[in-house]
Amino acid sequence: METIFDLARAQRRAGAQVPAPESVEDLPKSALREHPPALPEVSELQAVRHYTRLSGLNYSIDTQFYPLGSCTMKYNPRGTHRAASAPGFLDRHPLAPVSVSQGFLACLHELQEILQRATGMGSVSLTPMAGAQGEFAGVAMIRSYHAARGDTGRNEILVPATAHGTNPATASMCGCVVREVAVGPDGDVEIEALKAAAGPATAGLMTTNPSTCGLFERRIEEIAAIVHGAGGLLYYDGANLNAILGKVKPADMGFDVLHLNLHKTFATPHGGGGPGAGPVGAGELLAPYLPGPIVEKTAEGYRWTEPPRTIGRLSAFMGNAGILLRALAYALMLGSDGMRRVGEFATLNANYLAARLGQAGFDIAYPNRRACHEFIVTLAAQKRRFGVCAMDFAKRLLDYGVHAPTTYFPLLVPECFLIEPTETESKEEIDAFVDAMASVLAEAESNPELVKSAPHDLPARRLDDVEAARRLDLRWQS
Amino acid sequence: MPFLPHTNADVASMLAVVGAADIDELFDEIPSNLLNTGRGNNEPAAGDAAGMSEMEMLRHMAERARADETGPCFLGAGAYDHHIPSAVWDIASRGEFMTAYTPYQAEASQGTLQLVYEFQTMMSELTGMDVCNASVYDGGSGLAETILMAVRAGERRSRGGPAGGRRSVALAGAVHPLYAAAARNIVGHQGIDIVRLPYGENGLADPSLLTELSEPPAAVVVQQPNFFGLLENVDAITDQAHECGALTVACVNPMTLGLLKAPADWGDGGADIVCGDGQPLGIPMASGGPSFGFICTRQSLVRQLPGRIVGRTRDLDGNPGFTLTLQAREQHIRRAKATSNICTNQGLLVTAATIYLSLLGPEGLRNVAGACHARTRDVVAALDLSRRFDAPYFHECVLRLGRPARPVVESMASRGILGGLALGPYFSDLSDCLLVCATEKRTTSDIRQFANALQDAVGRAA
Repeated sequence: METIFDLARAQRRAGAQVPAPESVEDLPKSALREHPPALPEVSELQAVRHYTRLSGLNYSIDTQFYPLGSCTMKYNPRGTHRAASAPGFLDRHPLAPVSVSQGFLACLHELQEILQRATGMGSVSLTPMAGAQGEFAGVAMIRSYHAARGDTGRNEILVPATAHGTNPATASMCGCVVREVAVGPDGDVEIEALKAAAGPATAGLMTTNPSTCGLFERRIEEIAAIVHGAGGLLYYDGANLNAILGKVKPADMGFDVLHLNLHKTFATPHGGGGPGAGPVGAGELLAPYLPGPIVEKTAEGYRWTEPPRTIGRLSAFMGNAGILLRALAYALMLGSDGMRRVGEFATLNANYLAARLGQAGFDIAYPNRRACHEFIVTLAAQKRRFGVCAMDFAKRLLDYGVHAPTTYFPLLVPECFLIEPTETESKEEIDAFVDAMASVLAEAESNPELVKSAPHDLPARRLDDVEAARRLDLRWQS
Repeated sequence: MPFLPHTNADVASMLAVVGAADIDELFDEIPSNLLNTGRGNNEPAAGDAAGMSEMEMLRHMAERARADETGPCFLGAGAYDHHIPSAVWDIASRGEFMTAYTPYQAEASQGTLQLVYEFQTMMSELTGMDVCNASVYDGGSGLAETILMAVRAGERRSRGGPAGGRRSVALAGAVHPLYAAAARNIVGHQGIDIVRLPYGENGLADPSLLTELSEPPAAVVVQQPNFFGLLENVDAITDQAHECGALTVACVNPMTLGLLKAPADWGDGGADIVCGDGQPLGIPMASGGPSFGFICTRQSLVRQLPGRIVGRTRDLDGNPGFTLTLQAREQHIRRAKATSNICTNQGLLVTAATIYLSLLGPEGLRNVAGACHARTRDVVAALDLSRRFDAPYFHECVLRLGRPARPVVESMASRGILGGLALGPYFSDLSDCLLVCATEKRTTSDIRQFANALQDAVGRAA
């Protein structure tokens, strides 16, 4: 589609959006620009039509089944968007005095308490702006804890080989060294490998549970004991909390600190890349180190407070407030019964879909294990037999009007799809996905070229990533 | 069950396919002592077990929101009360933008990808730089990412050369104190030192201080307009930073670039990296988030840039299309050696900003910037208070009240007016000072109301 710049003509404008000119003679000439920036010059209708049309080129939850593993693409209730869009919330200045912020602070306090109860953690800070920033906060808290005890030799973060890329990247960003721990053929962490890795250099272990293989780590308590025994602490990556929401509390598994992805588990929209929110919860040991500010309830009302040994703020203000309000609205509509059902029905949908795909001839990576809210299909056999790889398969699925599952992650399983239907999808949608998968499998056998050259019916045919990186074209030029 | 489609018949037939007697059986791999099986003894959620209807929830939330509504806002300090064209959020809130994931499947994400490419172009135009990333979280954390990038770039640029091994960064004294705090809290974990240069009696950075640092910095960060709303001598600072072998990092308010000199044109060589917060571009203040941070730079530093980047390429038929590119910098590929751990960014806010900039165009943005300056000028003229610093200001300025500013702000708030920011908590030498801001939204009547309330409050505190 043509770009907004192709539509522009000199001196055209959206006149209703242009304030009257004012004299700026008093500003020093040396500070002013000599040439106006080449922003598009279009009418209001042109802009509205252009971006409305662009929106139509996207797949989204509102328009397609979107079983992207580890991303929890569930329905984003419209009511939460409306709740957060009240003028009193949208127009509130981040540095407004608390005397005129009691409504907002009450909301945050309520959400803190909900997340405390859902995770079993005694304290929660809502400020991290995404999962990766929550991870940063958690590792920084672990480091600060060891440093405060004069235990300065601990700079290793253990991560299972199946970890999300953000875990090792976070450890590095916190100045730690990453040590990977092997995962066994049953998908669980290898206990002997963990015992060998844990020691006086261990700052902590970061892990998701259920793991990125979609499996519940059955020996999590033993893992916790080993890490704690070595003097390290445990970080829970909440990326997969949706699977066990209302069923298992991370604190009970032995975790010391965690983050939640509200844009996954608490149904806030992903926005084509963000924003998210990654609140951090901590037990007694680490609560004093939480990032601030946190909301505290006093006899005189709500107020901001900083934990006594805080790692400090990680953004200018107090986080992605608008996302926090949406998550609160969602939690209020769920209630405690609804929250438990999230984990139950996410798990039911995943196990049903795994069983159906197994019956349809697909290889489930861990056939003897229960799927949690997601599971892995490996297409290694199809690649061997038909020359059709997971990427080809994914692109062909797009032609069937469904978004592809996560591909090539976790790295441990060859030619894999990580599939997460979420609890808000109906049996019919899941059945339609099974039909699409079966059709692509039949095509892979009868007409592999059709699959290898997919997609055929989307706004673009397969795009050349190599060319994109080799001949960088990162901005429009006339 | 507010958002579940399952009928009892669905559940029964699904369990039959799985071969399980009931849903509980699906949790049989979880150690039973960890499992909250009891109905009722487990209280994961708020209040009512059954949950609220949408109507009840909206009533509850609306009551809270109403409690915080105030009158005119003269508070800025990093979040600004601008007019947002109606079309911006009508379009940005479309489900196709709002409920899409990160565009990993490019062919099914051309809407978001093309929009980000257009955004990168607009931000490059505003700053004069070659490239822009597809956003980081906000201005504060974005400054931290920029500092990490500058240190990495210095290491690469001069392996064995003059800037190699530099692990400190100089920050002008009037960089936003909350950005400075966030940056220090983040980069400190990598042993990077942030040296704060004091601001001068005129509220500005003094370039000559750079030559007096005990060790030469990897980069010099200057904010334009600075936290006090003043226009820094960015040409002299840029040149002096380059003289010291440091990169120049510009932290800017993108709205002001409708009028102000693009950082690429600062001094002889121009700034090397430009960062800032995009909130003024069509994003509500919303308690400070979500907004978005951005980082622009020269082509030569693009591989050090954190966050996502969209490139134009061709598809199998030779037609142009868009895709995420240079992903080898990112955590999902490079893991522990990535440029950053960032994954989720602030994509929806980039969507809003792109629509905003299209609607405003060069003339609209210039006039918004001009109107903000003019209204702030009106505020200064309406008061018989002196400014604390005499350097030229843009759309914020520091007023000297001659008495502690905090109670004055509280007193104005009780009358429904956000009168500004009391600076004492941020700068101990400015406890009698108030940072005020006026945007294009402030009317003559707002300004009169503000001036009366301020004069009353100052009088009452006397």
